[in-house]
Parts: sequence; C-alpha cells; structure tokens
Amino acid sequence: MIPAPLFSAQNLVKHFRLKGGLLGSSRGVVRAVDNVSFDLAEGETLGIVGESGCGKSTTARLIVDLISPDAGTITLGGKLLGKHISARELRRQIQMVFQDSYASLNPRLTMEDAIAFGPKVNGMSPQQAARLAHELLERVGLEPRRFAGRYPHELSGGQRQRVNIARALAFSPKIVVLDESVSALDKSVEAQVLNLLADLKAELGLTYVFISHDLNVVRHMSDRVMVMYLGQVAEIGTVEAIYSAPAHPYTAALLSAMPSMDPDRRTMEAPLTGDPPNPINPPAGCRFHTRCKHADTICAAVEPGLFGLPGEGHQVACHIHIPGSNHRNRGVEA
Amino acid sequence: MSAPLLDMENLTVRFHGERTVHAVNGVSLTLQSGETLGILGESGSGKSVTLKTLLRLLPENRTEIGGTLRVDGQDVLALQGRALADHRGRTVSMVFQDPMLALDPVYRIGDQIAETVMRHEGCSRSEAMARALDMFKSVQMPSPERRLRAYPHEMSGGMRQRAMIALALACRPKLLLADEPTTALDATVQIQILLLLRDLQRQFGMGMIFVTHDIGVVVEVSDRVAVMYAGEIIETGTVHDIIRDARHPYTKGLLAANLHGAVKGARLNAISGAPPSLESRPTACSFAPRCPVARETCASQPPPNVAVGAQRQVRCILAQQ
Amino acid sequence: MSSLSASQNSAPFEVSPGYWSGVIGRLRRDPVAMFALLVILALVLMALFAPYIAPNDPYRGQLLRRLRPIGTAGFPLGTDELGRDMLSRLIYGARLSLLMGVTPVFIAFFFGAFIGITAGFVGGKVNSLLMRTVDVFFAFPSVLLAIALSGALGAGIFNGLLSLSIVFIPPIARIAESVTTGVRKLEYIEAARASGASSMTIVRVHVLGNVLGPIFVYATGLISVSLILASGLSFLGLGVKPPEPEWGLMLNTLRNAIYVQPWVAALPGLMIFCTSISFNLFSDGLRSAMDLKS
Repeated sequence: MIPAPLFSAQNLVKHFRLKGGLLGSSRGVVRAVDNVSFDLAEGETLGIVGESGCGKSTTARLIVDLISPDAGTITLGGKLLGKHISARELRRQIQMVFQDSYASLNPRLTMEDAIAFGPKVNGMSPQQAARLAHELLERVGLEPRRFAGRYPHELSGGQRQRVNIARALAFSPKIVVLDESVSALDKSVEAQVLNLLADLKAELGLTYVFISHDLNVVRHMSDRVMVMYLGQVAEIGTVEAIYSAPAHPYTAALLSAMPSMDPDRRTMEAPLTGDPPNPINPPAGCRFHTRCKHADTICAAVEPGLFGLPGEGHQVACHIHIPGSNHRNRGVEA
Repeated sequence: MSAPLLDMENLTVRFHGERTVHAVNGVSLTLQSGETLGILGESGSGKSVTLKTLLRLLPENRTEIGGTLRVDGQDVLALQGRALADHRGRTVSMVFQDPMLALDPVYRIGDQIAETVMRHEGCSRSEAMARALDMFKSVQMPSPERRLRAYPHEMSGGMRQRAMIALALACRPKLLLADEPTTALDATVQIQILLLLRDLQRQFGMGMIFVTHDIGVVVEVSDRVAVMYAGEIIETGTVHDIIRDARHPYTKGLLAANLHGAVKGARLNAISGAPPSLESRPTACSFAPRCPVARETCASQPPPNVAVGAQRQVRCILAQQ
Repeated sequence: MSSLSASQNSAPFEVSPGYWSGVIGRLRRDPVAMFALLVILALVLMALFAPYIAPNDPYRGQLLRRLRPIGTAGFPLGTDELGRDMLSRLIYGARLSLLMGVTPVFIAFFFGAFIGITAGFVGGKVNSLLMRTVDVFFAFPSVLLAIALSGALGAGIFNGLLSLSIVFIPPIARIAESVTTGVRKLEYIEAARASGASSMTIVRVHVLGNVLGPIFVYATGLISVSLILASGLSFLGLGVKPPEPEWGLMLNTLRNAIYVQPWVAALPGLMIFCTSISFNLFSDGLRSAMDLKS
C-alpha cells in the first residue's frame, strides 16, 4: 500500500529556556515545537506554513539536526537517528537553504570555495571539490567562469541564493529543507528561483520541505501542506484539501487573510483580530482558542489531538471535528 | 477638476558618493485628496526614494533633486526651516515599514504622539494627550488608555504599527505616505492593518500613497496604481486596468511572478535577469535587456509614454497602436 | 551522485586563489600602507644592526660637549644633556623601544584573541566566566594597571614587558569576543555545521578568517599606546633604567633641555611619533585591504 516514508519525525519537542536572571536563572520557556509529527514520502514537497512563533524554522533546524530535540525521534530511510544512522550521515542526506542569502555565505570565501567546503570537509580532494563546485554552479544557472572566483557581495540576492542551493546539492542530498529561501527575493527573481527548484527536483529526484509564509508560493510548490500554530500542527493534508476545504478555523483564517488579487472582491473584514500570542506561555487547551470565533468551553480546557478526516492523509487538531468532543459546533462546517 | 493635492512633475533624484546612483529618473504623478495611489516596484525601483523626497528626508549634501514637486499648492523643494518642519508631519506624514525603528524606544507612545501634536499645533499637554487617546481609539488599539503609557517594546508588532499610524495621523495630515507598512507583519495581522488604513483614509478624507512590492496589497488598498522600474513609472492606471489588462511586459511579468493565474506545477513565466545598476541615467528602455518582446529600437531610444486612456499611460513602444 | 560527479574533465584544474593572497595584492597597491611598512622595516633593521650603523658609542658622554645643536660636526643630530651622541642613542633606542612597544601588543594579541574567540565561539557559561575575569582587569585605567603590575613585579625590562602584555589582553579579548559572537550567529556557520564540519574546521575556515582581521587591526592601533606607556614606566623607574637608550626615557630626561635645544629635545618624541603613525597607517591600509567591498 503506502510505501515506508523516506523521513519520519515523531513527537518532536523543542523548548528553549529564556535566560536573563542574575545567576543565569530561567525566565520562562519558549515552547517552540511541541509534539510535532509528520512523514515525508520520497519525491514529494511538504509545505510548512504559519505565522511568526509557530515553530516552522525550529522544525526546519530539527529536521537537519542543527539542533537536537528534547524529545521525539527522527527516522531517515527507516533508520533511527542516533541509533542506526549518525548525525553526520543524516546531515549529508538532508541539506538546508536559509532565508538570508548574504548571511549564509562566508563573506571571505569565493563562491567556488563556499561550495567546495562541504565536500572537502568530507574528504574530497581540493581539485575534485573545485571541479564539482564548477559543475554545480553551471547546474544552478551561474556560468562558472564568471562566478567561481566572486565573493558574496559581488552577487545579487538571487545569484547568492542559487549558490546556496548549489552548496546544498554538493552532497547529493535526498532531502532539501528550504526555510523561507525565496522570501527575501524580489518577485521577478523569486519566480526564477522557484523554476530552478522545480527543475532540480525533477532532475535529481529530490524531496523538499518548503517553508514559507507566502501561501501562494506554498500552493504552487507543494504536494502536501502542514499548517503550524504556536509550535503545534493545526492541520496537515494535501494541498487541494488544505486550500479548497480547510478544516481548521486557523487554516481558514490564514487563507482568507490572503490579499484577494481582485479589485471587485476586496477583503471586507479581517478574519482574525490581534497578533499571534507569544509561544513563551501559550494558551491552555487548544492554543488557537483565544483567537478562534468558534471557541467553546472545551477548547480552553482540553488540547485537541490530530484527528484523521476523510481524504488522503488529512488530519486536523480541532474539537469541532473530533467525535464526542462536546463542542457546540460539532458537525457544523468550520 | 480642482488643483491636485500632489503635483509631481519630472522628478529626478540622483545620489552622489563613491558612485552616482540615478535613483529616480523623471517621475510625474498627480494625486487628488481622498485618493489612494499604490506605487508598485521591486527593490531599487526608486519607489521609496520617491516617497522620501516628498518629505525631503534624503541627505541634502549628497542628493541632487530636479523637477517640480507641489503638495497642497506649496513648492516642497523650496521649503526651509520652520515651513519644512510644518510640512513634515502636518501636511504630509509617513508610516514606515519597521515601527520599532521609527518609534523612540525610550519614550512612552502616548508622550511621543502628544509631543508631536504640541509641536505642530501649540496646544496644551492635556489637550495633546486627549488627542493621542482619540487617535488610539481611531486605530482600534485594544485598551487604549493603558497602551498610551506603554513603551514600544512592550507591544506586539501589529500594535506597534497601529501606534505608528496613530502618530502619523495625529496632526490630521492631508497626505499620508505608507512605505511597505505591512511587509514585516504576519499575514493575519497584515490584513488588519490594510483594512485599517483603507478605513482611516476614507474617514479622514486624505490622500494616500502606498508603496509596496506586493501586488496583492496594492489591490486591497489603492484606487490607482503606478508601476515603477529603474526609477521610472512604466505603467499607470486604475487597479482594474493593471490587474485585468496589464500592457507593459514588466507588469505582466510581475503578475506572473505573483502566481496570478499560475497553473500549479507548471513553470512560471519568470522575467529573466536582474534590474539595472542605475549608475548612469537610462537612455533607452531600462527593461529592454530583460524584455521577452523587445525590439531593436528598445535598446537605442527611450520608449514613448503612450496614453492609452484617461489617466492610463504605458511607457512602452508596443503600446503604440 | 551520478549527474554531479566530478570526473569527466581531466584537464588540469586551477583552484582559485584564496582570500589572503587577494589581501596582499590589494595591500601592495596601497602606496600609503606600503610606505608605512617600509618605515617599519627600516626601524626594525636599524634596531637589529644598531652596532654597525651607529657612528658613536651611545653610552659615552663628555660633559664638555653637552646639548650641542643639530648639525654639529661629528654629531649630526647634536648631543644630549650628558654629551652623548643623539644619533647613536636614537639608533640604539629603537631596540628597546620596539621591544617594549611592539612585543606586549603581539603577546596580548595572541592571548587576547585566544580568550576572546574561545569565549565568543563556545558561548554560554564559558563566555561568562572568561569575560567577567577579563572585565576585572578592564575596570582599571591602563596606565594605573601597568604601574601597579610592574610595581608589584619589580622594576626591569622583563617585568615591564609582562605587565604591559597583561594590560593589553583585556581590550583585545573584548573586541575578539564581540566580533566572534557576531560571526557565530551568522547562518554560514550553521550551513558549515550542516555540512558535517567539525568545530575546529569551522573555527579555522569560517571564524578565524572573519575575526582575526578586525582584531589585528585593533591591536596594531594599540602599538602607539604601548610605546607611550612603556616610556611612562621608564620615567617612573619601573621599566628601562638609565643610561639605557630608550626613546621614552630619552624624551623624559631631555625635557629640561627644551628651552636650550628644543629641536634636540624633540627628537625622541619625533621617533615615537613616526613609529606609532607608521603602525597606525599600516593598520588602516590593512583594514581596507581586508575589506572586499573596496
């Protein structure tokens, strides 16, 4: 039936302690990621959306093992991280492209050296690594003769981001995590990079985790979408299900907060009031209940778990959809 | 038609320094009071510089400004001293992208607003504080009395932007400039601020210029749109015109890049290349090197500014038919 | 790896030149920095070969020919208050002055950069421990600290060197720590970590290259301070002792002669000035040569 997932994260938890007291005492805990689970099938693109503080960047860093989870497990190709597969091997197979194209390149390394660094660290000879760097530059659409010897500040944002993609590809990874990788680019350049990403995926059979706050771009790129709110998964499903039949009130609100692109059908009312709450002390129960117009007494009291809906892999964490939850709107369209 | 609130004629802005930058190259704009103009452009298109020129916020010693610029009948480029101070904040005021940088971190928000009101209108402190409270109510600040006594860092991003708007509108300006005011905000907060600005603009009957790189945002707030590229306005028209019937190849490319009507999974119709460096003043069509339908003449002579309707212009040779 | 293998091309492949060769190239094209470097080299050579260059014995004076003006036959730069040849004393003075002015800064650069980079890169408790210790020393004015240390250690060149080195460690460590902390937070460090590089490799390739430059430039700026502090110690009898020729000490002993032979009395000061300005100009040149955007 369904093949074993390429990558699987189970019940990931990551809390950050806020230090600041006189003797380094804790001033609170940021619940950046709280009990997040998801799978990645080989060759798919999983989009992750959500607002600031929802934990999408922390999730990205957990996937590539830049930070280790407080609890939970990560499996790659059926092998458990830390037991059957080392962190070093996992990092080779899962690479990441960051948002800030400038900060993610060492200003004192040429593009060639930046790309060749990883392979050299992993034992490739300098000549071979340099040749690979040239091939990768060519691959991402940058003429090696012109760009190999350049420094980051001599390139435009779009060109730098192409170099960052090339660097990620230097290990022939299976999965590439794109954390807001196109968000800082101008729209016309962003479209070029999106095309490049689509081409690379088709040619190299990559699996993407595509993180963005831009719902249009996520819809265009993803096969499945995971919606996060304050460190938890609110809803996960195919891109069609999420965009045409959102089950979670938060997903619905996010979608209707998108500018309409139609002057005759401008948005007349904001779907939500206020800002997303702070992940330091998230609300009890359903974390969204403070902003949800369907909130009921149960929502403040009980945290909803992910519940499977009809439709392929569609899951939602909302009492409205959970049978026997005593929510007054139970059964009513969210 | 009455005299326009804003009349900008052939504005040029050039920065001198280690290298010269021709940031704005002959921009003409008019705006009636009560009207909202969206300026759409990418980084380096000159949209923010145009906006800052309206408030004379550019560093005087290395900026060369040409052309004429009148707001409410006053020649803005000739203003000096007291008159310039009155112009800023009282006739024209501005909402910035990052309120954390625009608000003074060591003053309570209420005091900042009151001080501005006192300086411009010479009223007493208690009157000014009352105005500040009024403004907080107008921008729908939750628990306004308490928030007047808050410092900027004690507020969330959305509230800070509301406070910034309250500050900008405190002296009832005739023209409000908004420089990417929602770019740094979360999606669900962005729409709140957009709707707020749209309402306040109507309620106060002021003119508004809204600068952004996001077509969706432009559609939500503006009546007319001007698309800028390389320091020039390459297309103007109503929001309908631009969205439904874009004529300039760059505008069409931008719409495609915003996934306007994109087919999922299909290749995007992306504009290739990158914007020009603007080290010299453009002598031909600046977009020609990236243009998919460029002709030979596009690279040799400046494109005509073709009027294709009332208040609708396209700076492209292909619009001449 | 199939489509990305690095194999087909068998032609000799040139690895692009590194960052430092670029810095040296840019430095060579900077006339001011090169001139400053020449002056520094000349001073070093002068110090090394003093016995061969100096026309007279720097220690032997004759009271009969005290405070002769510049241009006296046999004494081109005149004589000092004890009738010793100024030219020879200035040449010999380069030895102790450079030793006292430059060595402490280099020693402090080594230790300060090590402490600061370690604190900045490791962060957390290690950072607090190291930096708070450094702050204790930083709390004293540098002159006072130098005097107190050499007073406690006792007079002498070695103790003077030691106390000056200790004085310069805290400011260098501070700069090193703040620069390193800034670099550590950048995403290219994370990207390097994601490529499986060890901490040592990350420090060597990505941290040192981006922090040593600013620290070094700051340290060379301290050389002029060190020269002056060293002469201050000598004046108090804590560093170099008479009759050893040392510019700071010479300046102090000649100060009474300023009304008789102002030009002669100013000569040691001129040497200190030239030395410190050369180091400053060179470090300025180095700063711009290391800035890729220039």
